[in-house]
Amino acid sequence: MFRKLAASALTAATLAATPAISAGGLGEITDFSFSFEGPFGTYDRNQLQRGLQVYHEVCSSCHGLQFVPFRTLSDRNGPELPDDQMRAFAEMYEVWDPELRDWRTAGGPDHFPESQFEGAPDLSLMAKARVGFAGPYGLGLNQLFRGLGGAEYIASFLTGYTGEEEFQAGSVFYYNKAYDGWVSMAPILFDDMVFYEDGTPATEEQMAKDVAAFLMWTAEPKMMERKRAGFVGVIFLSVLAALLYLSNKQLWAPIKRAAKED
Amino acid sequence: MSGIPHDHYEPKTNAEKWMHRRLPIVGLIYDTIMIPTPKNLNWMWIWGIVLFFCLVLQIVTGIVLVMHYTPQADLAFASVEHIMRNVNGGHMLRYLHQNGAMLFFAAVYIHIFRGLYYGSYKSPREITWIIGMLIYLLMMATAFMGYVLPWGQMSFWGATVITGLFGAIPGIGEPLQTWLLGGPAVGNATLTRFFSLHYLLPFVILGLSILHVWAFHTTGNNNPTGVDVRRTSKEEAAKDTLPFWPYFVIKDLFALVLILAGFWALVGFMPGYLGHADNYIEANPLVTPSHIVPEWYFLPFYAILRAFTADVWIVIAANWLSFGIIDAAFFGVLAMFASIFVMALVPWLDTSSVRSGRYRPMFKWWFWLLVIDFFVLMWAGAMPAEGIYTTIALIGTAYWFGYFLVILPILGVIEKPLPQPATIEEDFKNSLKKKSSGGNGPSAEPIPAE
Repeated sequence: MFRKLAASALTAATLAATPAISAGGLGEITDFSFSFEGPFGTYDRNQLQRGLQVYHEVCSSCHGLQFVPFRTLSDRNGPELPDDQMRAFAEMYEVWDPELRDWRTAGGPDHFPESQFEGAPDLSLMAKARVGFAGPYGLGLNQLFRGLGGAEYIASFLTGYTGEEEFQAGSVFYYNKAYDGWVSMAPILFDDMVFYEDGTPATEEQMAKDVAAFLMWTAEPKMMERKRAGFVGVIFLSVLAALLYLSNKQLWAPIKRAAKED
Repeated sequence: MSGIPHDHYEPKTNAEKWMHRRLPIVGLIYDTIMIPTPKNLNWMWIWGIVLFFCLVLQIVTGIVLVMHYTPQADLAFASVEHIMRNVNGGHMLRYLHQNGAMLFFAAVYIHIFRGLYYGSYKSPREITWIIGMLIYLLMMATAFMGYVLPWGQMSFWGATVITGLFGAIPGIGEPLQTWLLGGPAVGNATLTRFFSLHYLLPFVILGLSILHVWAFHTTGNNNPTGVDVRRTSKEEAAKDTLPFWPYFVIKDLFALVLILAGFWALVGFMPGYLGHADNYIEANPLVTPSHIVPEWYFLPFYAILRAFTADVWIVIAANWLSFGIIDAAFFGVLAMFASIFVMALVPWLDTSSVRSGRYRPMFKWWFWLLVIDFFVLMWAGAMPAEGIYTTIALIGTAYWFGYFLVILPILGVIEKPLPQPATIEEDFKNSLKKKSSGGNGPSAEPIPAE
């Protein structure tokens, strides 16, 4: 917990594969609220589906999700696409088959492709590879109460462009408040660039939050199972501790009584 | 040594006698479990069980993880993700193993500081202490090599920095580093050998732990007063002690389960809290993280390593005296290893004849300052090595060495210890009376000898 501050500084510094011009630090991170926060929070299926749509229509042209198998899109506590929809979705992607030595249409067991654009990092684990909150004096207190903030970082990053641009060494760099520096990725989300079937207005912020939630799921697909195991385990261990406390008390009572009477 | 007198195992049935004549293993287990244990042990004596549990937890989760992990540089990172996503319960196993290492270190630090406070290292328990220090060194080696296995950015660069320490040794440094890594830089050869050793060392730790227990079962446990158990007869010894089973087993289990409840909450609700986000980025030899930080349990010693920059007078002096052989980097490495070495030597550095810090009024202050120093160093280790942080680390380092090399030897001579209770039995009774009469304050108050 003592090196959180350092971790977040580092986080920012490794952000872009193309090195950013300014050193950058942890900038302005908005504490967006997500349904999966806290010990009992769960993923919002509709939000994950919207996030998947944003990823598919926008992010996937550059970024991959190489660790995520398509079939997990149907998993419980995930986007929960019906089986046929999941397969139809997978068929929109092509994967390299080393046995055929050729590209072929993807199926359920296949993974999302790797990044299409060199320099664009894979997004499978992005929500765990970034921290949004740093503690005062590196003590990690902030994270204790607000979480690590990976999803908040992603949403803040996507909405964090100020519009400033700088041309250096043959490339354009864009100022980003969340990164507090210049980055090589251009602002990408604009109002209504996707159409949500469920009628949610596709504002820039809404899309950023949806895709951030989706990427939290890709990074930690078993979060609900983990929290449930945590909850059950803590209850079980607390009851066991109470029973052992009473056993111990009873066990020692005659010894202590004898010592006091002496 | 004969140990504390107590009843030994007597085979009763014919079957037991048959077995006992051939392999007295039941007797060994009986005598180990029924070992006479000082009645007055407080809650700081529960960490041994916690540590033993941690070792078993790490070995069990580790063995299952190995069934699904691939020790190959191109596949390791993906195989960890395979564990996290596809293996049944794999995400829990992995998080338990990862955070289990942290519980292990938290417990070992408390265990070590308990030993330092109550003088558990003093005669006749020096061997127990030395074996404990060896276990601690092996734990650090095991944890470091285990951290490399997921093959994330911090794994890779941590391995580069730490093996670089050996490279700082003059003359033999570079060939030594190459030999350790299996090549000119961290790569597949490094990963496979670290994997092999990460599997081996826990069993060495297990063996040493058995020696550690054997050693203090021979000398008997220390206790909060540091007063020896009376061992002239079985009856005398029984006044000071109780058998380990059931009295201390149940007590220790209660403490263990309580600690595990907290541990389980950490694993279930915030398993990444104590880790590094960067280790979720696959190792990339071409991108160096701007700030390479080890896990929290290495930070105090990492701070000592980095405290000695080329402009510190003692480094300049060492450099001049050694005709330039000892530079700042090598000095830092020496200081880091020495900081653990002086701790291992503490049985001979502490000159006081009184074991327990409870009866040492001056020692107490210095001891607690050492605990604070440990946390300050931990914090300084996490900060960038520049400006005020190096100065703080340097002061912290100076106190660490000062405590062991100057303060402890002198204190033993100048300090006037408080009177100690004559027996453990007396201390046990007094602590109960104090509790029932609602008295507060530490039991450091002198207890009149009879």
